[in-house]
Amino acid sequence: MPMQAQLDRRAVVAALLKDRKDTLVVSGLGSPTYDLHSVGDHDGNFYLWGAMGGAALIGLGLAQAQPGKRVLGLTGDGEQLMGLGGIATIGVARPRNLDIVVIDNQHFGETGMQASHTGRGVDLTAIAAACGFAATGTVWTLEEVQRLAAQIAEPAEGPRLFVIKVLAENPPRSLPSRDAVFIKNRFRAHLGFAAA
Amino acid sequence: MHSPQPNSETRASDDWPSELHRILKAADVRQMSYVPDAGHSQLIRMFSADRDVTTNVLTTEEEGIAIAAGAWLGGQRSVLLMQSSGVGNCINMLSLSAIGRFPLLMLVTMRGEWAEFNPWQVPMSRATQPSLEAIGLKVMRAETAEDLVETVESAASLAYESDQQIAVLIGQRLIGKKKW
Repeated sequence: MPMQAQLDRRAVVAALLKDRKDTLVVSGLGSPTYDLHSVGDHDGNFYLWGAMGGAALIGLGLAQAQPGKRVLGLTGDGEQLMGLGGIATIGVARPRNLDIVVIDNQHFGETGMQASHTGRGVDLTAIAAACGFAATGTVWTLEEVQRLAAQIAEPAEGPRLFVIKVLAENPPRSLPSRDAVFIKNRFRAHLGFAAA
Repeated sequence: MHSPQPNSETRASDDWPSELHRILKAADVRQMSYVPDAGHSQLIRMFSADRDVTTNVLTTEEEGIAIAAGAWLGGQRSVLLMQSSGVGNCINMLSLSAIGRFPLLMLVTMRGEWAEFNPWQVPMSRATQPSLEAIGLKVMRAETAEDLVETVESAASLAYESDQQIAVLIGQRLIGKKKW
């Protein structure tokens, strides 16, 4: 297993969502939001441009409200590190339809590529496992990402958290709407709910 | 977190936790999240025993702001319980409710304002209402059980029907003095 990250984050997210079916996706502040938009805008996407640390927990509230749908929290190492306590909250809540995927470049890519905790020994999968997640894993190759895409389409016994190690680089930004009211109402309409 | 115990000498009309549970159920609240507070203990017990409501215990109050937004995206109404010291933990996450115009109802038990023994509760108590208003929330306040029930009923309508972000502050005078 290579311990040096080699994956391109856009290729990773494209492979992960290639056959997303009706999976609902919440993306964390920064590059994961651009990554999610880069593979195609979708009414079942909720993009964060702020609220750092909230992606996985928005996923929790959504998963609890929509137990029949799979929910994916797609975030980065910095965003998830800010919401570390949320991993404990999700572990206790134990939703069966929520997966957290951390696109981990081991850096704060949006603010000048300063090294983050995950490149210095902090293992988010070990934290999730200790919080009672049903499955965890770290992924280094595109073949593993493709297997992971199939795995997260399947039912689970509880929440799962996977880390995908990617190169620390900033691909050209792919910018979704920054109008959260529009994205919210579009998302709810996608699930059949009327705007107020 | 330590908080006041409810007064031992309560009148039937002071059973506001049961009234709040009834009102929130009538408003179709389906998720409740909380950081424990003794002033909320009865309401927490009632929701935890309610099979129609999903309850989340939080490690920090801001998590509940995100859960409430996710619940709304998925078509459910959520309520968040905390004490005033927890409001300070929420401020940046409240950007989500404010800019997304997500319905939000927070019930905040006040510390540090009435017969308080612990001085460390006082600074955040003083900052609670101004900081909530600074980030864009509407703050409502109740000092009696009767007023609280009416206030929460009105706040629930404003939040869930009019897409407002509301914090109801429950005065420490109402909750009673903590026994040390």
